[in-house]
Parts: sequence; C-alpha cells; structure tokens
Amino acid sequence: MITFQNVSKSYGRKLVLDNLSFEIKEGQFVILIGPSGCGKTTTLKMINRLVKPDSGEIYINGINIMEQNPVELRRGIGYVIQQIGLFPNMTVEQNISVVPKLLKYPKERWQSIVRELLEMVNMPYEEYAHKYPSELSGGQQQRIGVLRALAASPPIVLMDEPFGALDPITRDALQEEVKKLQKKLKKTIVFVTHDMEEALRLADTIVFMDNGRILQMASPEEMLRNPASDIIKEFMGRHINSRGPAELYVEDVMRTRVLKVPKTLKVLECLDRMDRWEVNSVIVLNEDDTYAGTVQLEAIQEHGKVGHEIGELVSQDTPTVSRQCKAQEVLDQLLDSPYKYLVVLNDDRTVAGLITRTSLTKAIGEALWGAKS
Amino acid sequence: MNFIEFVGRNRAVILSSLAQHIYLVCISVFAGILVSIPAGILLSRHKKAAEKILAVVGIVQTIPGLVMLGIALLLFGVGNTPALVVLSVYSILPILRNTYTGLTEVQLGLIEAGYGIGMTSSQLLFKVQLPLALPSIISGIRISTVYIVSWAALAALIGAGGLGDLIWTGLSTYNTNFILAGAIPSAILAFLFSGLIGAVQRLATPRGLREVKHDE
Ligand SMILES: Nc1ncnc2c1ncn2[C@@H]1O[C@H](COP(=O)(O)OP(=O)(O)OP(=O)(O)O)[C@@H](O)[C@H]1O
Ligand SMILES: [Mg+2]
Repeated sequence: MITFQNVSKSYGRKLVLDNLSFEIKEGQFVILIGPSGCGKTTTLKMINRLVKPDSGEIYINGINIMEQNPVELRRGIGYVIQQIGLFPNMTVEQNISVVPKLLKYPKERWQSIVRELLEMVNMPYEEYAHKYPSELSGGQQQRIGVLRALAASPPIVLMDEPFGALDPITRDALQEEVKKLQKKLKKTIVFVTHDMEEALRLADTIVFMDNGRILQMASPEEMLRNPASDIIKEFMGRHINSRGPAELYVEDVMRTRVLKVPKTLKVLECLDRMDRWEVNSVIVLNEDDTYAGTVQLEAIQEHGKVGHEIGELVSQDTPTVSRQCKAQEVLDQLLDSPYKYLVVLNDDRTVAGLITRTSLTKAIGEALWGAKS
Repeated sequence: MNFIEFVGRNRAVILSSLAQHIYLVCISVFAGILVSIPAGILLSRHKKAAEKILAVVGIVQTIPGLVMLGIALLLFGVGNTPALVVLSVYSILPILRNTYTGLTEVQLGLIEAGYGIGMTSSQLLFKVQLPLALPSIISGIRISTVYIVSWAALAALIGAGGLGDLIWTGLSTYNTNFILAGAIPSAILAFLFSGLIGAVQRLATPRGLREVKHDE
C-alpha cells in the first residue's frame, strides 16, 4: 500500500534518512520507533509530501506520490501532528469538519460525521461540539486531533506521537480507543512513538529506526524475541523479560559478560585474570573465536605448569546450549548437572554467554513477578 | 471671552474642522489598511526580505512630518490630496508590522497541520492564519489611528483643514481658546477611536483564543 524505495534526505550536510526502503501493507498498524532525531517524523511527513525526498520514490497504491496533486493527496490521508495542532480559533465541530468541508461534503453529512465520531470517543455532541480547544483537557484535545484525521474516512492515517504529552492513564485509554478504531474502520495507520510499550501494545509491525536507517522491521513478538541490535534491546528494556517463564529463551536469561581467554594464553596469566574477575572457571576459545572448552580453577591447580598454555588443560565436559533454546529446557539440565553453569553458543559456535543457576533463577523470578526496577 | 463662550460662538467652525479631521483620519487609515494588510501577508511569506523591508519602512517613518508634507506639497499641490497621501504613508508601518508579526507568530504546528490535512495556502490563510492574526492586526490599526489623529493636525499646514487649523491659528495669534478648541477635540477623538477599536478587537478575537490569552 505504501512503498518507500531508496528514499534519502539530508538537511544541510546531515543525512537524515539513509536509503530507506520498506513496504506497509493495507490495514496494518505500523509503528515507527527509535531514538529522538532518528528520522521518524521526517519519514512520516514524506508520506503526505510535507517533506520532499532528495532521492528515491514513494508509492501509495502503486502511484508515485510525486505525480499526485499534494492537496488532493493530503485530503486522502489523515494526519495527527506531534503537537496536536487543533485550530484554536475553531470549535470542536469546526475542527473535526475541516477536511469534510474542504471536500465539499453537504452540511448534513459532515454534521452527522461529527456526531458519530464524538460519540465514538464518548464526548457527547451537545456538550463538546461547540467548545474551543482551549476549553478541553489535554486528553480530549488529543482525541479531537485524532477525530479530525479520521473525519473524511481516509484509508491511511499518519500519527506523530499523538499521545506523547499525556499522563499514563489517559494514554492507556486513548491507545485502546485508537486500536479499536483501527480495527473497526480498517485503516492503515502509520504511527510514530518513542515509547516501546506503546509500540508493543498497538503495532502489527514495528519499524525500528536509528540514524536514518531501519535497524529492524518486525512484529512485536518477533522483535521481543529477536531484537536485531543492542539499541533495540535497550529500548525494550524490561519488556524483554516481561514475558511468562514459558516464553523465555536461553538468550533472555544468559549472562553475556563472561571471561573468555584464547587457547594460547599462558597459565599464570590466565590465573591472574581469573583472580581479577573473581571467577573459578574460564571459557577458552580457539584461534577463530569458536568455543574450545572450559578450564576449572581446580584443574589449573592440579595440572597447571608455569609457562605452558591454558589450551592444554581444556575440558569439554561443560554442557553447551544454543541461544535459541527454551529456558525451560535448560533448567533441568542445569539442575541435574554437576556443573554450575552452561555455555551458550551462537550458531557459528562462538560463545554468546553463559547461564548460571543464579542468572536463570533471577530471570524466572522477573518473568513471574516483574523486574525490580 | 471664556472658553465656553468661545466654543458656543465658533461652534460651526469647530464642528466642521472636527468633521474634516475625522475624514482625514478615516480615509488615510483606511488607505493604510488597504496597503499594509496585503503587504503584511506578502511579507509573512518572504521572511528573509521582510526584515529588510520593514526596516526601510521604519526609516521612512522617521522622516519628520514637515519634510514629508513639504515633499507632498511639491508633488500634489495644496489641499486634501497631499495630506491624505502623507497620512496614509504614516499609517502603514504599525499595521504592516502588526500584520506581519501576527501572521508569523501563528504556531508552526498549526500551519503544518493545515497543510497536512490538505488545505491550500489561501485556505490556510483565511481559515487559520488571518483569524489568529486578527487581534494583532486590529491592534496595529488602533496604534495607527491614534497616531494619525495627532499627525493630522499638521495637515492644516498644507491647507487640508481639520482641527489643526484651529491649533495653528491659535498658535500664530497667541489665542489660547483656538488652541484648546483644536487640541481638546483631537485628544477626545484619539481616546474615542482607541476605545472603539479596542472594542472591535475584543469582538474579533476568536473565542477560543480569548480564554487563553486575556484571562480578564
Ligand atoms: N526542517 C529541518 N531542518 C533541518 N534539520 C531538520 C529539519 N527537520 C528535521 N531535521 C533534523 O533531522 C533529523 C531527524 O528529524 P526528525 O524530526 O525526523 O526526528 P524524529 O525521529 O521525529 O525525532 P523526535 O523523536 O525527537 O521527534 C534531526 O536530526 C533533526 O534535527
Ligand atoms: Mg518527531
């Protein structure tokens, strides 16, 4: 429905959008998320031609938007701007009916639209239609902003942090409303936020942007399970662990900060590092960084010879697991085995981290009772 | 002869001077409005040029009234025309400046919202920008009017009549009564015009703005 093809944009010498390509399907609720300044608003505004790409094409229903009349294009796309943008000189009714009037709807028609829409958000026509924006609460203004975008039933609605400035309770309520409206009216919605909770709650698809690029475009479930980068993980923060214990994967519960040493390291040096890290075992790597095995402190104490390499003492007894394993499955393994930890391997047999009894218990605890933060 | 008697005796002259004065003020402010509002709209769309043009207009404004009258006299001869031209020129700046600021102070978000939902730039102007700038524009008109009421007194010097006639007569004959008969009505006139336009301004302020801006 909406297709971006190699779209780039610079302001001055700053590249704001870097060769963006993606597609939004009809009827989807798509959320653009990412850190401040990453280009979300710019991307959004390109869809209704408020911002012109330097290069690349944007198609809506197969038609290049640059070949359309911008005014007509915009009348077919609802738009809720970052700061609400209700016209203060117009009443609620006038604000909502702006676009229908521009489209020359007869009076009865736009009046009934205003009535219907106000009803939908539980703001009775008699009470609110003739109020001015300054006479409404922030939440009510946001609602009217959304209604104004919906008034001419555009198939596409763009929303730029529509609930940014609201208290959590009002925001929750409005999110519910918008989600319901979208399902009921089958709109394609492109929605900008930098609140991951909002994104997870509303989106069919989340587009994660950073520095003018898309880092990941995926369903909320997929993004939770497989965040494509650290910054996405950071954004998800506690949500990553806020799933039930049954949905936890090894990678969710592993520790990534572990002591890894090359095979060729001298025994004394290795002892020294273990001492500094305060650990009594160490993961040993082959030259190509793949997993070679582990060495326990006891092994060094019993068989270690000064000047020899640690690789000679490697044992492969410690069980290894893949990072995509269910946490549940490794729990038994961990409890049964004589080892206090399991080594987690990536698909290419490099070391991703390890799971200790403590790290696993902690993750399960968080999943059951929520993070402590 | 005291002042009251003087007024009684010269009622006809004073009233006709007053009428002429009001005429001069109204016509020139009206002309000023006709020029400055479209010009202000134009300037608001060319912000870079605007600052410079406003500065130039500001300089014109500081040319002493007498010099301007002299020039006008040379160009148009004696009578109403040169006076009206000069007064109109003087009335431009406050209205122009206020139109410009009123329009440019409309929040960027509103303009973006307007374009974003598919308004053309003239729809945006008439439905959003001008209504929102109206209070500021009217206040410019108010400043201009009060200004012109006093400037118009100079017009008598080039034969345009008005209350200035009485004042200049008084000044040249050392007759206080004449001076007062010119000065007092023009003070009252300025006061009334100001009050009247103030009332219009309040009426013209969109209700949605009144609550926010002036919580009286
Ligand atoms: N008109 C402009 N002129 C110059 N630079 C701009 C302009 N608009 C945006 N930028 C820059 O482009 C970058 C992306 O801006 P954009 O508004 O798209 O960010 P965003 O992701 O929406 O951020 P936020 O979450 O803060 O709203 C920023 O670095 C911003 O400073
Ligand atoms: Mg933004």
